[in-house]
Amino acid sequence: MDLIYLDNAATTRMEPEVLEAMLPYLKDQYGNPSAIYSLAAKSRSAVDLARRQAAALIHADPSEIFFTSGGSEADNWALEAAEACAKRGSHIVTTKVEHHAVLNTCRYLEERGVKVTYLNVDENGLVDPADVEAAITDQTVLVSVMTANNEIGTIEPIAEIGSICRKHGVFFHTDAVQAFGHIPIDVKEMKIDLLSASAHKLGGPKGVGLLYIKKGLKIRSLIRGGAQERGRRAGTENVPGIVGFGRACKIAAGTLEERARYERKLRDLAIGRLEGEISGVTLSGDRTRRLPNNIHVCIKGAEGQVMLILLDQRGICASGGSACTSGSLDPSHVLTAIGVPEDLATCSIRLTLSHENTETDINQAVDAIKEIVLQLREN
Amino acid sequence: MGKKVVVGMSGGVDSSVAAYLLKEEGYDVIGVTMQIWQDEDSCRIEENGGCCGTSAVEDARAVAQAIGIPYYVMNFKQEFRSKVMDYFVKEYLAGRTPNPCIACNRYVKWQSLLKKSLALGADYIATGHYATVERLDNGRYTLHTAAGTVETTKDQTYALYNLTQDQLAHTLMPIGAYTKDRTRKIAEEANLPVAHKPDSEEICFVPDKDYAGFIERDTGRKFMPGNFVDETGRVLGQHRGIACYTVGQRKHLGIALGHPVFVKEIHPETNEIVLSENEALFSRTLAVQDLNFMAVPGIKGEERVMAKIRYNHQAAPAVIKMAGEDTMTCTFDDPQRAITPGQAAVFYRDGVILGGGTIL
Repeated sequence: MDLIYLDNAATTRMEPEVLEAMLPYLKDQYGNPSAIYSLAAKSRSAVDLARRQAAALIHADPSEIFFTSGGSEADNWALEAAEACAKRGSHIVTTKVEHHAVLNTCRYLEERGVKVTYLNVDENGLVDPADVEAAITDQTVLVSVMTANNEIGTIEPIAEIGSICRKHGVFFHTDAVQAFGHIPIDVKEMKIDLLSASAHKLGGPKGVGLLYIKKGLKIRSLIRGGAQERGRRAGTENVPGIVGFGRACKIAAGTLEERARYERKLRDLAIGRLEGEISGVTLSGDRTRRLPNNIHVCIKGAEGQVMLILLDQRGICASGGSACTSGSLDPSHVLTAIGVPEDLATCSIRLTLSHENTETDINQAVDAIKEIVLQLREN
Repeated sequence: MGKKVVVGMSGGVDSSVAAYLLKEEGYDVIGVTMQIWQDEDSCRIEENGGCCGTSAVEDARAVAQAIGIPYYVMNFKQEFRSKVMDYFVKEYLAGRTPNPCIACNRYVKWQSLLKKSLALGADYIATGHYATVERLDNGRYTLHTAAGTVETTKDQTYALYNLTQDQLAHTLMPIGAYTKDRTRKIAEEANLPVAHKPDSEEICFVPDKDYAGFIERDTGRKFMPGNFVDETGRVLGQHRGIACYTVGQRKHLGIALGHPVFVKEIHPETNEIVLSENEALFSRTLAVQDLNFMAVPGIKGEERVMAKIRYNHQAAPAVIKMAGEDTMTCTFDDPQRAITPGQAAVFYRDGVILGGGTIL
């Protein structure tokens, strides 16, 4: 049975070229970048190249890129450190639809006395920049709003929010894990101070991510120890991982537009067929301000858990929402926030595409969903 | 491919062996762990890997991998909350002693899991209970006790008496005829990673056994203290709230009268608890309601049965007869100790369940 992989928001297959780039650093080029001999220098320059590649993708300076163990570490770091280093007060503004890496860090900070405002979003999952501005007080140190939602694919008005934060002198962090390498991001134009990204969402390896920290921003370390990453993030560099991440960024920079166009075509084909051929289908998230590869629908009367298992039995990998809970489905906080009733929220399915998917994949998946929904509604 | 069966896997040895045996018999087996009460957001560490914790998922997944079957975790938290935990709290607050496992079996493990399993195209669901599903000549389904006799305290049919005919028709219990030792031996021989895992016995969502503390946390309200009284109504002292006590209890009453006393009755309407000597706890009759019949569609006149009034009660001879549309009386040959409202009375004949109900 051929696998149809439609869960690229959970993780992606590594680009073959990425693996090739990594292999030398898993084999003969094993030097520690901090050492002085020439073997080590090769590792050092490989990490430096990756830093330039990652920076270029978001129009940052290489000195503003700090590699981490992944997106979650970057989110934890951004929130904790920004809060601790701020002088004016301790209030954070975020939204109800953030990833748990942000939400649970906020809850942790709340336990330690930080005040957090969780902004509502509209029925499409969009944050209103005016709400952000209204929530900022003289105690506010940080605003954290994701670039694009991992469940419903809604792209937030990041540039507007960035301008508002800059105007009020408040740090602006964005969790760009789902957007990085998939839609254009310009940290300067969008006035972003801190940005989290993860390699394995764009064809890179797992276990590596980055935090972009705007030049001049003095935020303390989350991982303390040696002087790696210019003293900001201790621990011997994950050289093969970083090299792979860099290569994935380079590929993304060159292919982003073309791949997005292709994925959008497949996405709209899938949405059109699901809405047109199955009754009781509602698209979640914004129709146009949407990640090119995200399809998320609720299907009345089709239990999500059962639907996913039946799809799995046909070799189709899909998801109910986020993969970051234990594989089971609690009604998603994102769907709750956009006002989907609980019984419909358990009937949700997310398909996330990549450039590797074909029109045939999409048609087969939609056919299968159609069949399964009919079957479930008969029962 | 053989018939399709969904096995409810708790990560324990019994359900693991059940899954293994079905696979060996040629069934198309799918393993499912039912996530019922754990909070995904908090990191709960379980000491000995109880019945349904996070380690349950890890163990069940390891077993599924070892025997080569697809495995999924399914979420039943909503059903468990409304049908089991809310009922548990409500009953205690009403002065009764609930049996949450009975409610879980009927409404969660069977009703909800069966519904999802049939939707998945399964013909059956299977569990690792020590009981056997039997189809009688009259066309009805019932459960046969494991060792063929109900006079043991380890019998598992008691908590299953409330299953419906349709549920039983779609149920397999592959280890029903085995002893625990035999089950462990099969697990060892098959190299299942949970062969030596200890049994769990406590109520899964109250692992520290502090029911009263659980209820206080769950309702967010402090209990109202009240009076301990004797059988004539004389006040003997103060109790901490009726939900902290159960009929027959002797320990932790926090009262010293110079002779042993026991909880005889709980009166929620007056917030009083009647204490008595042990002898006064014995009685011969009880009434049950919310009846469920298994081996027979109902009874007319009197029936001689073996009756069991709690999980670890040794079934005793009795006579049952209908007392109303959905109520029945049960008269034991000999007085039984601490007949407890809220618990189930289950009636057996020839080793199979005739029916049962909730003690009034």
